Amino acid sequence: MRLGPRPGERLDRTRTVSFTFRGRRIQAFEGDTIGSALYAGGQRVFSRSFKYHRRRGLLCCSGHCPNCMMTVDGVPNVRTCAEPVREGAVVRPQNVRGSLDFDLMAVTDKIGGPFTPAGFYYRVGHRPRALWPLVEKFLRNAAGLGKVDKHRGRETRYDAEHRRARVLVIGGGESGREAALSASIDGPGVVLVDESGRLGGHDLPGVEIVAPARALGIWEGGLVPVTHGELLLKYRAERIVVAAGALEQPLVFPGNDLVGVMLPGAARRLVEDWAIKPGERAVVLATDDNGLDTADVLRGAGVEVVLALRVTGENPRRITARGRKGRLRSVHVDGDRHACDLLVMSGGRQPAYSLLAQAGARVEYDERRGIFVPRDVPSGVSMTGSVTGEVGNGAVPAPSYGSVGGKCFVCHCEDVTVKDVKRALAEGFDSIELAKRYTTVTMGPCQGKLCQLNSIRLIAHEHGMGEGAIGTTTARPPWAPVEMGMLAGRDHEPCRRTAMHHRHEEAGASMMWTGSWRRPHSYGDVPGEVRAVHQDLGLIDVSTLGKIVVEGPEAGVLLDRLYPNRFSDLKLGRIRYGVLTTDGGRIMDDGTVARLGEHTYYVTTTSTGAGRVVDWLEWWNAVWGYDAEILDVTGALAAVNLAGPRAREALAPLTDLDVSNEGVSYLDAKRGTVAGVPCLVLRIGFVGELGYELHCPSSAGEHLWDTLVAAGARPFGLEPQRILRLEKQHILVGQDTDSESNLLSAGLGWMPKLDKDDFVGKWALEHVAERGVRERLVGFVMRNPVLPAEGGQIVRDGRSIGRVTSSRFSEAAGRFVGMCWVPPELAEDGSEIQIRVDGADEPALVHLQPFYDAEGAKLKS
Amino acid sequence: MNEFGYAGEVTSRPKQTPTLRELTDYVYFRRNVAGVQREWWSHRYGCGAWFLVERDTRTNEILKVELPA
Repeated sequence: MRLGPRPGERLDRTRTVSFTFRGRRIQAFEGDTIGSALYAGGQRVFSRSFKYHRRRGLLCCSGHCPNCMMTVDGVPNVRTCAEPVREGAVVRPQNVRGSLDFDLMAVTDKIGGPFTPAGFYYRVGHRPRALWPLVEKFLRNAAGLGKVDKHRGRETRYDAEHRRARVLVIGGGESGREAALSASIDGPGVVLVDESGRLGGHDLPGVEIVAPARALGIWEGGLVPVTHGELLLKYRAERIVVAAGALEQPLVFPGNDLVGVMLPGAARRLVEDWAIKPGERAVVLATDDNGLDTADVLRGAGVEVVLALRVTGENPRRITARGRKGRLRSVHVDGDRHACDLLVMSGGRQPAYSLLAQAGARVEYDERRGIFVPRDVPSGVSMTGSVTGEVGNGAVPAPSYGSVGGKCFVCHCEDVTVKDVKRALAEGFDSIELAKRYTTVTMGPCQGKLCQLNSIRLIAHEHGMGEGAIGTTTARPPWAPVEMGMLAGRDHEPCRRTAMHHRHEEAGASMMWTGSWRRPHSYGDVPGEVRAVHQDLGLIDVSTLGKIVVEGPEAGVLLDRLYPNRFSDLKLGRIRYGVLTTDGGRIMDDGTVARLGEHTYYVTTTSTGAGRVVDWLEWWNAVWGYDAEILDVTGALAAVNLAGPRAREALAPLTDLDVSNEGVSYLDAKRGTVAGVPCLVLRIGFVGELGYELHCPSSAGEHLWDTLVAAGARPFGLEPQRILRLEKQHILVGQDTDSESNLLSAGLGWMPKLDKDDFVGKWALEHVAERGVRERLVGFVMRNPVLPAEGGQIVRDGRSIGRVTSSRFSEAAGRFVGMCWVPPELAEDGSEIQIRVDGADEPALVHLQPFYDAEGAKLKS
Repeated sequence: MNEFGYAGEVTSRPKQTPTLRELTDYVYFRRNVAGVQREWWSHRYGCGAWFLVERDTRTNEILKVELPA
């Protein structure tokens, strides 16, 4: 099959590469693609079609159509015609039950009836209703192309890069190269993106070549994402030159999908690039010189060309291709039979205008040449080459050459036939956009590259209107297929570590994410860590809390207007708990506010809410224009919470402060020195025991931590803290509350001071108070030793009436406890509720008081 | 991450206690104009300032930038 060495071939015959195809070893040359090597080895059937499982062979050979898609090294839907050979690659056909030559699913091509027309799944299998789940299961199994191996680990690491270009040229054909060269005269910053890897031979000084690579679209501001290997390059270009070329269009006739029917470019590439004789006897039917010229190329390769005919309008009137077992045997042109095994068809070349249309260009139908051409290209973008409509002379073919005598495919990707499109129109889906959605024409892997024009021609013909009046469908990105992994990319969010981070790692902590922070989940013994806090002394790193200084003559007024409660009357050195709400009355974040001076407040927020709260305070301050400054000191300060019955005893020898209950009482904020470090000491009790939150400069955080650990404090992680705070029913904003929760429903009705003139959220809260709450956040204890899932349902008479937000086993309470949302009538101590756990309804009791130390005696001791 | 943060069109907060309808209008409804819009921006990874921008939403042309009065 392989011809002798030819000038211009892309093969390096001195280097061989081998891969396996269905367990067979295939020899190839360097420069081959998987597709070309298979073709040279005699393989003609490359895939089975989407719906009818018809045999399909190479059609476009340029990476557009779906015909050569196979699974390569576990990656489905690889266009093998464009995929370079790799040593040892494992190539397997897809979308077959059985083999390419005998596919069980091919029965769908034969039985016809209800399974064939477009949109059949809207009509078939819905009655009786009980039937649909079975039908759906079968269809879901049959639908789709390729299978992702879920058990395979992630071997490819996708990444994204931001790049800039002065001029970005898309398309490395002759005009693209010219445009790049002339732009490079004006200076550097010229980038040329090309789909193929064939630019190596061209000398383009001063031009950066990115190939093989594909531009996915043109977004606002000259943003062009380009896929290049495992990289997504996000280009920002000052000027974009689109030289995307033109796309060869198929002709529509019965049998136009048989194996052996291909576009001119495919035949040319097989001969010229890979020195393969594409067939023995060929027929060429083309509307343009580009197609007809292929006859010479074929003759040069020793192919007997039995007929080369220019197809124009209604001449010939009918074309029919016939074959056996899906492979072309003969072509009938107006009744004359021509035996052949290769048919080159060409319905002209359609400019690849999609990128330009995305950028804002208009697309206009050119009646004379029968193509859509881009017009009114927006500033910053230009076009050159055949994409502008310079596609040579040609004739406009008929929309289809007959529709009897076999299926006549408008769309090879989705197996949409002429009959399907006509039926859609007859059913009233008469605009191009509706017909597209109903039949899925242009929605397959080629994204309309090979079927858009033909479907427009067909619809125009059926309606008796011009193609221009039918118009095109909206051009949307991505212009080229892209792996989902490429779009997901790598997580580029920075990870934040506290000053004590490596101490946690040394202590064997398992780390977890809290927003962008890394925090210890636990140090390996959750119950032990909880016990240490309750019975002895625990230490947790709370450096991740948002820390904001609000300072100025009007700082108190600002806070009064932002928080539902009041801070201007907060005594110096005292702390108050506060919850921020929106004007919609929803809970946004919570934390403490300490008054450190006449005009100075120290605000803490949740670990994940810090950024949002800083934005929120600054924005409202900009709106109201108060004389107050807001300073985010989250990263500048480290913080720890020393908690447990022994906290005072451990802290006393380390500090100059009088830490007696009178010296630093509950909710006091004092400045002092701890372990020689200047600290802000906040007596707060999130975990329910006597505790001191110590805030110090980050640089001293590790020293403070080490000193406290040496004093006998046992580090505890986030998970023990979650149990401890749950025992106290201290809510976690975002865990127990969501974007619908308000203060009244969350059981914080004591907080808002509705006598204040104004605060953010006041009006909404007044309406809620008037209307009554629809649900309440309450604690619960399980009657039986079972753990309901967080997110689990509270049920009554088989219907969901609420949900669990937190649940844990509390050793101190000896019960499984949690928080949940219930209808207000159940928000009373002792109400019986049922929680669905593993399909069974488990009884639980509403519990409004903390599960541990309900009076807060330990907290205040 | 972007240097500048966008925070939507400028809304006007009721001066006194609104009716429920006025409140929901203010909290949930936006004009979403195709034309010149006054909107809030912040220099998030810079000086931190909040400022007002007049932008044509059709062309992205920025007509005016000012600090809140």
